[in-house]
Amino acid sequence: MVNPYMPYPVRIDEIEIATEDKSLKTFKFVFLNKEDEEKFAHKAGQFAELSIPGQGEIPIGIASSPTEKGFVKFTVFKTGVVTSYLHNMKVGDIMGIRGPLGNWYPWDLLEGKNVVIIGGGFAFTTLRASIVYMLDPANRSKFGKIDVVYGARSPGMLLYRDELYEWEKRDDINMHITVDSTTDPSWKYNVGFVPTIVGQKAPKADPNTFAIVCGPPIMIKFTQPALESLGYGQNQIIMSLENRMKCGIGMCGRCNIGKELVCKDGPVFTLEELNKTPREY
Amino acid sequence: MKVIKIDKKEWTGGIDKSREKYLLFGPVKDKDVTNKEHYIFKKLAAGEFPVMEGVDTVLSPKSVIFPQTEKILKSSLDQSQPDHHIMKRVENDYSSRAVIGIRSFDAKALTLVNLNFDTKDYQDPYWCDAYKATTFVGLAVNKPSDVDFSTSMGSGPFGEEGLDVLLVDNGEEFLAKVITDKGKTFLDAAGFNKTADESAVKKIEDLKAQAEKTIADKAKVGTDNLKNKTVLDLYEAPFWDDIAFSCINCGTCTFVCPTCWCFDIQDETKGKSCTRFKNWDSCMFPLFTLHGSGHNPRGVKTQRVRQRFMHKLKYFLDKYDKGTMCVGCGRCVQSCPVNIDIREVCNIMNNYEPKK
Repeated sequence: MVNPYMPYPVRIDEIEIATEDKSLKTFKFVFLNKEDEEKFAHKAGQFAELSIPGQGEIPIGIASSPTEKGFVKFTVFKTGVVTSYLHNMKVGDIMGIRGPLGNWYPWDLLEGKNVVIIGGGFAFTTLRASIVYMLDPANRSKFGKIDVVYGARSPGMLLYRDELYEWEKRDDINMHITVDSTTDPSWKYNVGFVPTIVGQKAPKADPNTFAIVCGPPIMIKFTQPALESLGYGQNQIIMSLENRMKCGIGMCGRCNIGKELVCKDGPVFTLEELNKTPREY
Repeated sequence: MKVIKIDKKEWTGGIDKSREKYLLFGPVKDKDVTNKEHYIFKKLAAGEFPVMEGVDTVLSPKSVIFPQTEKILKSSLDQSQPDHHIMKRVENDYSSRAVIGIRSFDAKALTLVNLNFDTKDYQDPYWCDAYKATTFVGLAVNKPSDVDFSTSMGSGPFGEEGLDVLLVDNGEEFLAKVITDKGKTFLDAAGFNKTADESAVKKIEDLKAQAEKTIADKAKVGTDNLKNKTVLDLYEAPFWDDIAFSCINCGTCTFVCPTCWCFDIQDETKGKSCTRFKNWDSCMFPLFTLHGSGHNPRGVKTQRVRQRFMHKLKYFLDKYDKGTMCVGCGRCVQSCPVNIDIREVCNIMNNYEPKK
């Protein structure tokens, strides 16, 4: 019997400060046993439990794309016991990863479709995985137009800035980067909240266009009407949720929204599915 | 179905004999923190016998399979060790064990909890190993308690679901209904092998009818309409504030409940080693769902009370189509310090018609 509580041992290979306030760091992990990397095969949108012996576990979205081999990447906000401890760990330290967990963005359904990615703040991790996955030369032709609306409080709070600016230069992806406000005179991109920019820049709905939304509750709340006024139907709005989790395998009971468990039946739901639940998230 | 006759004079001898092959668990007298006597299910020491007088236990026997606190993983934190910070499974004892004197509703409850821990996608090895290693020797309830409403919840005083043997107290003897091969193996190990005569089956049916009537004579709990109501109609119903009004979120109902399975995972360190635990948790506690950001989707008492009843009486029913996640044992009714009564709540939910 496979023990679903057993983490794969990993070594921290690289640590990068992700935002100017240093509250987020990106960790690159390498599996100690090569075969574990194959067992960990994931799809963009899934998460994993970062498992630090003696500290505990935290569920974090997988920020690396399945097309990136040899490592897995997670961007972690420092907020509680485990994440604070993790932020103080060093390259070379040994810990564990348990996963991949949960469902993923519906890649089969999205094939041949236009995709609008909408993200805010540090909820951009699985969206980064998705963009890298779609832009991979082997995959790009499977998708139609790709639009990305991504916003943060200020330029220095945007995740993966180097990649964002690279994607800006490409002609096979339409980037709409935005910040809430900035005093930087050289800022060349948008200023305004994500829902506003969605209203202005996101493509109008058609049956072949799907939106993937991931962000803080307040952003999701105001992005939904913006998408609806662009004509998106409830089954064209795909959201990724968060809830407090422990087991990640649908057993410990805390992350439910009605009969659905965010860890196992989610974290990805369509708005249509969510509207049938009590939405306790 | 085969029925074995066990003369009560031979009972303790047989139980002792079974210890050669089984670890035994059963209800025994204990004292609580206030020195008050009560009964609990625990592992029986040598020379200790289960109380077979049909006693009520404050806690259900779920802890035999799903301990309140259980070590699951361990690792060394000593950097000089080659395997430091690599978790390993804690080896527990999963040799054959038998729970003697478990009630029908508690055995049925374990089959419901099993749906959560033994799934198509994931199997909790700690639960599965313990559950599979256990033989359940039930004791039928001849005199149901005032709070027993098990017949309304798909179980009953003589229910057989989840049991391997059902013992029926018939004065000077136990009539043992053999339900599974596992049950037969246990009875053989105890040397109980006298086949009862034809009249035993009739006797069991009579006692069963009598016990069921005792429950039926009390208020009936309705569950027949729950399935056809929508989750959102029940969730948004106006009665939840009233139901939750007196609740103090103590969590007692969840701890005494034989079907509550929610748990927490916690790490502890001692010197240079660490252990990861599974501990019972409760949806009554605000921390159960508190996000790292401070946001709490069930931060208000009413939301938590509603979660408990909706999970038991609606979400579970919709998810598995195996009835309610309540077996009608009545423990939460008995132990609730503010007299919240799941029988009343169930009837309110079952009878609710949303305003159109």
